Amino acid sequence: MEDILLTIHKLRTSFQIHGKFYPAVDGISLTIQKNEVLAIVGESGCGKSALALSIMGLHPSDRTLVEGIIEFQGRNLLQLPIAELNQIRGKRLAMIFQDPMTALHPLMIVGRQIEEPMNVHLTLSTKEKKHRTLQLLERVGIQNNEQVYQQYPHELSGGMRQRVLIAMALACDPVLLIADEPTTALDVTIQAQILELMKDLQRQSQAGILLITHDLGVVAEMADRVAVMYAGEIVELAPVRELFYNPKHPYTRSLLQSLPSATGQKQKLHVIEGIVPAIEHLKRNGCRFASRIPWISNELHEGEPILHEIAADHFVRCRCHEHFYLPAERMGDESNASITAT
Amino acid sequence: MPLLQLHDVTVQFPEKGGFLKRTIPPRSVVDQVSFQIFQGEVYGLVGESGCGKSTTARAIMGLNSLANGQILFQGDDLYQMSRASRKLRMKDIQMIFQDPYSSLNPRKNVWNIIAEPLRNFESLSKEEELAKVQELVERVGLNAESIYQYPHQFSGGQRQRIGIARALALRPQLLIADEPVSALDVSVQAQVLNFMKDIQEEFDLTVLFISHDLGIVRHMCDRIGIMYKGRLVEEGTVEDIYERPSHLYTKRLVAAMPELNPEKRSEKVKQRRQINEQYELAADQFFDSSGRIIELRKISDTHRAALK
Amino acid sequence: MLVFIVRRTLLMIPQLLLLSILIFFLAKQMPGDAVTGAFMGKPNVSAEQMEKIREQHGLNDPWIVQYGRWIGDAVRGDFGQSFVHKQPVTQLLAGRIENTIWLSVATLVVTYLIAIPLGMIAGRWTGSWADQFIVTYNYVSFATPVFVFALLMLYVFGFVLNWFPSGGSVDIRVEEGTAEYVWDKLKHLVLPVLSGSLLLTYSTVQYLRNEIIETKMKDFVKTARAKGVSENVVYHRHILRHSILPIAAFLGYEITGLIAGSVFIETIFSYPGLGRLFIDSIMTRDFTVVTALVLISGAAVIVGTMLSDIILRMVDPRIRLG
Repeated sequence: MEDILLTIHKLRTSFQIHGKFYPAVDGISLTIQKNEVLAIVGESGCGKSALALSIMGLHPSDRTLVEGIIEFQGRNLLQLPIAELNQIRGKRLAMIFQDPMTALHPLMIVGRQIEEPMNVHLTLSTKEKKHRTLQLLERVGIQNNEQVYQQYPHELSGGMRQRVLIAMALACDPVLLIADEPTTALDVTIQAQILELMKDLQRQSQAGILLITHDLGVVAEMADRVAVMYAGEIVELAPVRELFYNPKHPYTRSLLQSLPSATGQKQKLHVIEGIVPAIEHLKRNGCRFASRIPWISNELHEGEPILHEIAADHFVRCRCHEHFYLPAERMGDESNASITAT
Repeated sequence: MPLLQLHDVTVQFPEKGGFLKRTIPPRSVVDQVSFQIFQGEVYGLVGESGCGKSTTARAIMGLNSLANGQILFQGDDLYQMSRASRKLRMKDIQMIFQDPYSSLNPRKNVWNIIAEPLRNFESLSKEEELAKVQELVERVGLNAESIYQYPHQFSGGQRQRIGIARALALRPQLLIADEPVSALDVSVQAQVLNFMKDIQEEFDLTVLFISHDLGIVRHMCDRIGIMYKGRLVEEGTVEDIYERPSHLYTKRLVAAMPELNPEKRSEKVKQRRQINEQYELAADQFFDSSGRIIELRKISDTHRAALK
Repeated sequence: MLVFIVRRTLLMIPQLLLLSILIFFLAKQMPGDAVTGAFMGKPNVSAEQMEKIREQHGLNDPWIVQYGRWIGDAVRGDFGQSFVHKQPVTQLLAGRIENTIWLSVATLVVTYLIAIPLGMIAGRWTGSWADQFIVTYNYVSFATPVFVFALLMLYVFGFVLNWFPSGGSVDIRVEEGTAEYVWDKLKHLVLPVLSGSLLLTYSTVQYLRNEIIETKMKDFVKTARAKGVSENVVYHRHILRHSILPIAAFLGYEITGLIAGSVFIETIFSYPGLGRLFIDSIMTRDFTVVTALVLISGAAVIVGTMLSDIILRMVDPRIRLG
């Protein structure tokens, strides 16, 4: 198992709300291998971004509690002093942020921003740094690299800025990339380009990617394996093909049903009842999705739901999936998906 | 007669120059756009950011001035009317916005938010107003008690429904929805889309649905216009656009839609590459000598595209 | 950029014109005129004689002629005669302008030297004892009237401890041009400058602290940390660069505060600058001098705002092209 880059074990990340700590990431265990794209998918508030920031050590320490183990190439990142963590961040482990409009410093030229990780991690002359930066810009598909080097972020389009962010993450040849919603802020055609670029770069470098997204389309196009998160937990973990052809967990199935159909059938979309509870109101015992599928009786849920391996590499939390059906399937029509207020 | 007709609508920025500033030549953000929407129809206006789709909507709402062209609502030119009669007319056109978090006044409760348009146009007694607001709130699936609550006490989907209730208060003929679900999660999005479909059928509403998401547009709309660089490049029924796209830009947009089947990954990449190559080779065919996108040409009774 | 500077400078012309007209009329509204001022306390001059002098000096001409003459002279640097000091106003101002500029520049520099580190510390370690101390100091300095504080400084350091001279701008015994002269001048500046700047830090500290607290939350700061950049560099290179913008832009506006402050400071420390001259002239109804001073300070404010606009353009690339 030399190819394992990152092992997360029972990670729990809690935020302070009104003086008390509530876990947003609640006992997550995962591994990412070399040359693998692992997608974390879920809706807002499920804890996927909190997970990414925990790995990078970017939570403010006074308001966040991060417990468990995040082992990267044999070292537990959570135990490292900040100075040692800084030797890893930006070098072996890099991050691509969601919003290219705000993730770049508005008052620094692009070239300097890409060079910054090199200043920290590599010993290169000014000339070498510039040469490397220009090469990176070319690699991410920016042809007029000399010009872009000198430009400020506001002079570039959203797609260009995202390319710059990718170039910056690649500056020191990372082995693992954390990409937090890398295409959410972009137009569809640009999104397609950026996804293709990321895939190409990943193939060349054999790096691992942890892709955080809410978009199942992005998952289908990019991922090798998928972890579906709900209310701080992984509810389903499977190879990508398996997840789309044979989704098991009620949440995964509901999500897939709520997408407008790509084939253009205009039937009613499936609506998941209720709302995701806020982390301070979440009931943490029993199946967390139970309240949103009230037609499944309580006895069918587990008291302490765990992940079951139901097929090779396919894990599902709670036994309730064995008895789950979507209302439309049982009733023979779609009108049951009513809107309920809370 | 179509409910709404746009004839050569042109909107330019900047509208006028500032004090002691060089006059910057105005740029057409919307450039001679013409289309019609019929009663009871859902018309999708699609394009990427900066294509002019939202500016077109704002022009219909009277929030931008026209540099050229006409906007006819039920046959009357909105920009030729007196201010008073236009204001009266605008009660038949209502809008819902993209961001349910910032489009509702946080200091007003739901009652006041929904009653605002009523107070502007109808003089109701307090009891009548309350009854009407309660009816609307229940119609959008919130409970009657919620009229005393404030926007922050609701989830994103609920807020968007409050926005819709406000827009419906005056029983408008035309509803303009500018990216109504793009700030929402998938499951909430489904809720709002279902709901919009319901009310559209129930009230026989005419809807101008603006979105960048081709999946959603396909689900919601009857006819679709594709905008690019301030111009309409293709227009047709859902089948025309998705099954027989003619303009390469439309093809490119359709191909860029994320594919939900992981098996078709490489096929999709190949298809996108091919279309992009074609697009780059043929780019000059879509523009006239001055670099402007050419006029729409009729392909079938329902289908038009900016092709030679 | 050059085009902008030229355009921005041209914009000052109507501003200055408006200012001068306003001042001219205000001056005319004041009770008495140059003639009554000149012969104040000389009862042997009759009303007819005064009227004759008025006629001679054109004080009965229509306002537009008078204004034209006044502004024409002012542009050439001639603000007329001071009736109290019996010498041209220009001559009266000459040495004092230099003193006031010295005082203002020194005050500004010291203000920033104190305020920027304080703002940075308070912003970076919000809630720490250092932050609480700085915030308290800030409130106290905001609430303290400048004349009370200046008097206190004067009493403690000038009289009780006798560390610094308590008045004047330079000892008359030292020879101009020597190192000793410069040293003495600086020694005379210490108290007035400290009194001014310790109170002027308020807005800068407050602004910088708030800006840093706000910038800390920005995404690009997260990006910087994700690159492995050390915390000190994150603050100095990324956060400060962003937070200092409004401070830099405010530089020009600070001139307004300085002008107001200098009136008190110079009076209390008997520092021979424009501020003290202003008070003296009002007391003696030396209106030609007052008008000249109001015009100069008004113009300084206009120039200050222009400087702010230009500085903001230079430091913020986002608005460089307009």
